[in-house]
Amino acid sequence: MVDQPVIELCNLSVRFGRLEVLKKLEGSFSGQSIGLLGPNGAGKTTLIRTLMGFHSPSEGTGRIFGRDIRQNSKEIRQWIGYMPENDSFVASMTGIRFVRLLGELSGLPSEEAMERAHEAMFYVGLGEARYRALGTYSTGMKQLVKLAQALVHGPRLLILDEPTNGLDPPARRRMLKLVEEIRKSGRVNILLSSHLLRDVEVSCEEVIILKEGEIAVYCDLEEERRANRKFIELETQGQAEVFVSIIQGMGCECALYGERIKTVLPPGTEIRDLFKAAAERDIQIRRLDYKRDSLQDIFLRAMEGEPGGRL
Amino acid sequence: MAVYKRSYQAYQGRVTPRSLRFLVIPRFAFQDLLRSRIVLAFFVGCFVAPLAGALFVYLRYNLRALELLQLPLQELAAIDSGFFFFLLSFQSFLSFVMVILVGPGLISMDLANNALPLYLCRPFTRSDYVVGKMSVLVVLLSLITWVPLTALVLFHSSLAGWSWLLENLRIPLAILAGASVLILVLSLLGLAISAWVKWRPVAGALIAGMVFVMAGFAQAVNEILGTTWGNLFNLGLLLETLWSWFFDMESSTEMSVGQAIFGLLTICAVSLLLLSRKLRAYEVVK
Repeated sequence: MVDQPVIELCNLSVRFGRLEVLKKLEGSFSGQSIGLLGPNGAGKTTLIRTLMGFHSPSEGTGRIFGRDIRQNSKEIRQWIGYMPENDSFVASMTGIRFVRLLGELSGLPSEEAMERAHEAMFYVGLGEARYRALGTYSTGMKQLVKLAQALVHGPRLLILDEPTNGLDPPARRRMLKLVEEIRKSGRVNILLSSHLLRDVEVSCEEVIILKEGEIAVYCDLEEERRANRKFIELETQGQAEVFVSIIQGMGCECALYGERIKTVLPPGTEIRDLFKAAAERDIQIRRLDYKRDSLQDIFLRAMEGEPGGRL
Repeated sequence: MAVYKRSYQAYQGRVTPRSLRFLVIPRFAFQDLLRSRIVLAFFVGCFVAPLAGALFVYLRYNLRALELLQLPLQELAAIDSGFFFFLLSFQSFLSFVMVILVGPGLISMDLANNALPLYLCRPFTRSDYVVGKMSVLVVLLSLITWVPLTALVLFHSSLAGWSWLLENLRIPLAILAGASVLILVLSLLGLAISAWVKWRPVAGALIAGMVFVMAGFAQAVNEILGTTWGNLFNLGLLLETLWSWFFDMESSTEMSVGQAIFGLLTICAVSLLLLSRKLRAYEVVK
């Protein structure tokens, strides 16, 4: 089981009436934490719900830890801790009682559920508020109690749907820190869905970008970081297209965004060669900067409709 | 875990059997119910009639007590099908009030703030959820209806002789069957209304309306259309017809047993349909 991918999608399609929400998704994802990015309506929540067995695939299937979502949904749910996007609580219940109830529904015996509920509430930082009714909690506390109930039964896969929704900056930082801690513990895999690039970038190793129900881009952020592939971003005083063709002739990988040129230098080529080439054609380089391909760049390219696949 | 050692720990211990997890729901629900003084007081009050019945049975078989109270034996009502039918009818009214008190909060509290996805994302199905919630009403209504009445039958048998029980075996069976039908119908109706109406007072009023208003509606249909089919909307009449058949008594309603069964099955089916449409892990937006 150790080497099994966390999530596998096999030609997975989901259709609501005539509307095809997820379109033939394919892929195998094994990262400790997997990010699910996409604009509103891209199909992130539908994909999560389908993986949990709430929606039936209209075609294809998916697997979590090797178990088919069509046939083993109960077994899969035993391994999953789910933190939904929207408010989910019983207003009259105290935090501790709510988490304990959900722990027991996950199969924990009563005493263990109580013990784990206390631990989970302390872990997320709600130890002092655990005997208060959930209806009196602030938005940030409600998010944290959702995280506590997702953790109480010790899941193998933690699914977080927009975990920082509605949080102020300090609460958001705290939530991301918790997610990071859980990830680093190495005992649980995380699937984090968000439309906030920063959240995914700091918390995830792999990123799936969904666009209109399709995987627009799959990116292994960890591999990108390891490769430390930096590129140079520069701006010229006009003649940007001419300069692009010149440095492409030198073996550079190039992309032009308006007046900005992004380029990766081939081995043996240095920055001074760029200046030399510019000087020969009387082109002024006005700005030059080292950059790393940020998730924002990847996301924007995906949304602009550039070809997907591994970057 | 000590508070200062805050770190995520996976759970490695044993888990409870999946088939018994629905019992968690009534356990938590009863803890909540016992906190309500109104529910508790009413629940205790529900035993007054069976206790009065037991006292009556005791007097019926205690000639000395009758002499002391100067009550002639001939004037006391007989303890037969009619006696238990009356008690069941009275207890069923109390059951109905209990459903108005308890029923509305059972599901609506989970739906009010969208807690259902958190139940259903676990190895816990919609059926488990409904059975769990329903068992709260089943246990409560059983304690009000067939449990005390069956105890009363046994008490009477112990005084009248066990041959009475053998000769009148139909009575305890009728109590059991009649109460079961009542519990099933009221529980499903209460849960269905609780699932659709989030505001508790309105849900309670709607449950009451299902009996009183629908009885009036049934009468109006009968008067206007010159038929008796309107009785199908009258839950009280449906139950009375069926119980009369169970107790082998003359029914005062103008309805056949088949019509009563059809009406009750329809109520159950509609309630189940309403529950299945509302109890989902996600909101269906069209």
